[in-house]
Amino acid sequence: MRICLPVLGSVAAWRQEARRLARAGIPSEAVLWQVGEDAADLFAAEEAPRGPATDLRLPRAAIASMETALHHSDPERFARAYDLVLRLSQGRLRWGDRSDRAMAKLLAQEKAVRRDIHKMHAFVRFREVTPEGANRRAFAAWFEPEHPITEAAVPFFAKRFGDMDWVIATPLHTARFVNGVLEVEETRDPAPLPEDAGEELWRTYYAHIFNPARLMVSAMTSEMPRKYWKNLPEARLIPELIRTAPARAEEMRAKLPTLPPPRVQAVQARLPDHSLPQDVTPASFKAHLDACTRCPLGGCATQGVAGEGPRPAALMVVGEQPGDAEDLAGRPFVGPAGQMFDACAAEAGLDRGRAYVTNAVKHFKFAPRGKRRLHQRPGAGEVMACKWWLGLERSWVQPRLTLAMGATAALALTGSGERLLQRRGTVERAEDGGAVLLTLHPSYLLRLPDEAAAARARAEFTADLARAADFLDQAHSP
Amino acid sequence: MVQRTLTEKLAILADAAKYDASCASSGGEKRGSRDGSGLGSSGGSGICHAYAPDGRCISLLKILMTNFCIYDCAYCVNRVSSRVERARFSVEEVVKLTIEFYRRNYIEGLFLSSGIIRSPDDTMTEMVRIARTLRQRENFRGYIHLKTIPDAAPELIEEAGLWADRLSINVELPTEQALSQFAPEKSAQRIRAAMGDVRQRREAGREASFRGKRPPRFAPAGQSTQMIVGADAAKDAQILQSASTLYASYKLGRVYYSAFSPIPDASKALPLIKPPLMREHRLYQADWLMRFYGFQAAEIAPPSGMLDLEVDPKLAWALAHRDQFPVEVNRASREMLLRVPGFGTRSVDRMLAARRHRTLRYEDLLPLGCVLKHARPFISLPGWSPRGMLDDAGLRARFAPPPKQLSLF
Repeated sequence: MRICLPVLGSVAAWRQEARRLARAGIPSEAVLWQVGEDAADLFAAEEAPRGPATDLRLPRAAIASMETALHHSDPERFARAYDLVLRLSQGRLRWGDRSDRAMAKLLAQEKAVRRDIHKMHAFVRFREVTPEGANRRAFAAWFEPEHPITEAAVPFFAKRFGDMDWVIATPLHTARFVNGVLEVEETRDPAPLPEDAGEELWRTYYAHIFNPARLMVSAMTSEMPRKYWKNLPEARLIPELIRTAPARAEEMRAKLPTLPPPRVQAVQARLPDHSLPQDVTPASFKAHLDACTRCPLGGCATQGVAGEGPRPAALMVVGEQPGDAEDLAGRPFVGPAGQMFDACAAEAGLDRGRAYVTNAVKHFKFAPRGKRRLHQRPGAGEVMACKWWLGLERSWVQPRLTLAMGATAALALTGSGERLLQRRGTVERAEDGGAVLLTLHPSYLLRLPDEAAAARARAEFTADLARAADFLDQAHSP
Repeated sequence: MVQRTLTEKLAILADAAKYDASCASSGGEKRGSRDGSGLGSSGGSGICHAYAPDGRCISLLKILMTNFCIYDCAYCVNRVSSRVERARFSVEEVVKLTIEFYRRNYIEGLFLSSGIIRSPDDTMTEMVRIARTLRQRENFRGYIHLKTIPDAAPELIEEAGLWADRLSINVELPTEQALSQFAPEKSAQRIRAAMGDVRQRREAGREASFRGKRPPRFAPAGQSTQMIVGADAAKDAQILQSASTLYASYKLGRVYYSAFSPIPDASKALPLIKPPLMREHRLYQADWLMRFYGFQAAEIAPPSGMLDLEVDPKLAWALAHRDQFPVEVNRASREMLLRVPGFGTRSVDRMLAARRHRTLRYEDLLPLGCVLKHARPFISLPGWSPRGMLDDAGLRARFAPPPKQLSLF
């Protein structure tokens, strides 16, 4: 049996025919597929034995891949695809099983067609053919793809160049887009295209974006094979660019450095001054913090995070270190732990605005994992290095009570961060003599997997905050 | 000064822009103009419209708005102390070039960078004006990549992100010391802060308000950065560490590595070298390992700190960790399969899909897309066993290029 598919729309016609033949139980070896005009058939009139009637059922991915692969120029493609759909529908083959030769071949052809379509999208070069007085600009191009892909490739151009008319002619098909209507027809004697002034500008760009010091011809030809060159306006420059490149690179290397032009000093004198002021004051605190090199943490973090709140303040709240959110925002306690703190503080009646909130370590310490930063506990060395900044803040804030949240804050203030769960809720002396109320860090509450334990820890934390709130009220009442 | 023609300006300002490696035009917002209301489309995979003989693709019109600059960065062709020819595009000229090139299908869009004129804010204002004109007046729906200037005002960055698909800020050099030595006006900390700002705005742009209304997308194709390799003494290990920190901290789409390449009128501070192209290539391979193969920066570079130039980093890692091989292909986890040289992400996915149906044999691997020449010593499965290959002292020599006789003259 012989099936003639039309030159245009052959894939859609194949799909229809394949469905019909499968339902009629025609086996794949009995069908001869051909595209275009009917020709004499040597084996006509031979009635083949019928197989089981098959309803075609395919995974969605298979349909898309097959329709792409059928744009290949291989004359066997329709027969192979028909054989595959029969076997797939009868459960004799798994979609994507590359150990089957026909399947592997179809998938390889799909890849080849995709690449050809991609190259057509890349290497079509339009020339302007706008007639005088027209209100839409018009362009035309000639392109020679390797496979009959025009029908599959041109919807892309319709999506991209919607506000202009264009024609893309290929040896087999010609696509026209006029006033928003896309049509594909067979090519008949294409007219030569007029010259376009834009091409000279494009060649200028091409010649100057090329860096002669890194000549790599094979990298170019693997992606822009020579077969495409004849229709690319820029390709005529390539031999000359390659030939002169080594000499141009050598010339740059051999040249002696020149003296700077005289205007340099005048220009540089007007540069903005980013230098740090001598003294660390509350106003320049942040700038000094950003430039801190007392420990290496500042080299990776976005910025130093200074404390926030009134100076002086009766209560100072000290956490561990900024997290991901704080590091970006440049403000303490705005991330998940900060929200937990705010929620508990609201329950405990603690007004955050009346306390000075800061961290024991001012830069975020983390380990990169893919697109995330995993928090890492600061080491004792980093805590000690950062104590200088905390001390400075304490001297400005003059707190009567400090709330140390977590082991790191306890370490920075009292000199010991050990056994915090036993020490929480107690008031100790800071190394500088101030009173320190020890409690948990709010992020500890977020990390507890056991719900009951988390609820208990939260109650304890809130109770500690309530104590701090009471203290604040007493401090402000007289 | 004599007025330059458009062609002359294009020549000067393309020459000035070619040291920026970024070329991506993929991802971001899906847009089109099928209805005839504008020009251009974007979203899907990027397209490289041409390749220059340096092997780099040309997908965007990559130009500088101006190559006048008040900064004096030693590695840069446009530094204030250089005697290269200077030019400046007007807004209209950039818009015209972009549209006319785009209509002829030469480019995917515009990559606009600039030297810093007068002040960072003045420069950024002009660049934003170009992007705004393209989007609003010309209804341009193609790709726009704007190089942002770290010290520009926040409202300018905000507007830039509204019009551009991608924003990028170059970290320029892998270490802070090198940056302060070679680019005295730049500060690594201010660059990081600017990248953090872009990340925050992007995240804010994704969150719907409580009424479900979405704010306008901010730089939908993300941000990227570039590092120059080989200008300072930084080792590959430092470069990769710095890249992985940047990926994690600012969710960068890409970090580009640019081999320090000879420039016209080079600075005395940085003598010209042959660009370390192989090193650049190995860094990109290592970057891929970090992003798609589950490698950590610290484990890729060997103790010497420099990547092996003769074999690729994945093979080098496998050769140094032979105790973890051979991998049993039919039982190994995805993570371990990805560590086998010659197996890519795609072939591993196919293997896992096939494994659900049957046991894989050695003959099945080639059609799945594996490079068996590389994989052979590191795998075992029915039909293949590496036997003593892994313990062979000459294993590396199978992959490395043959030793060369040194020249006597």
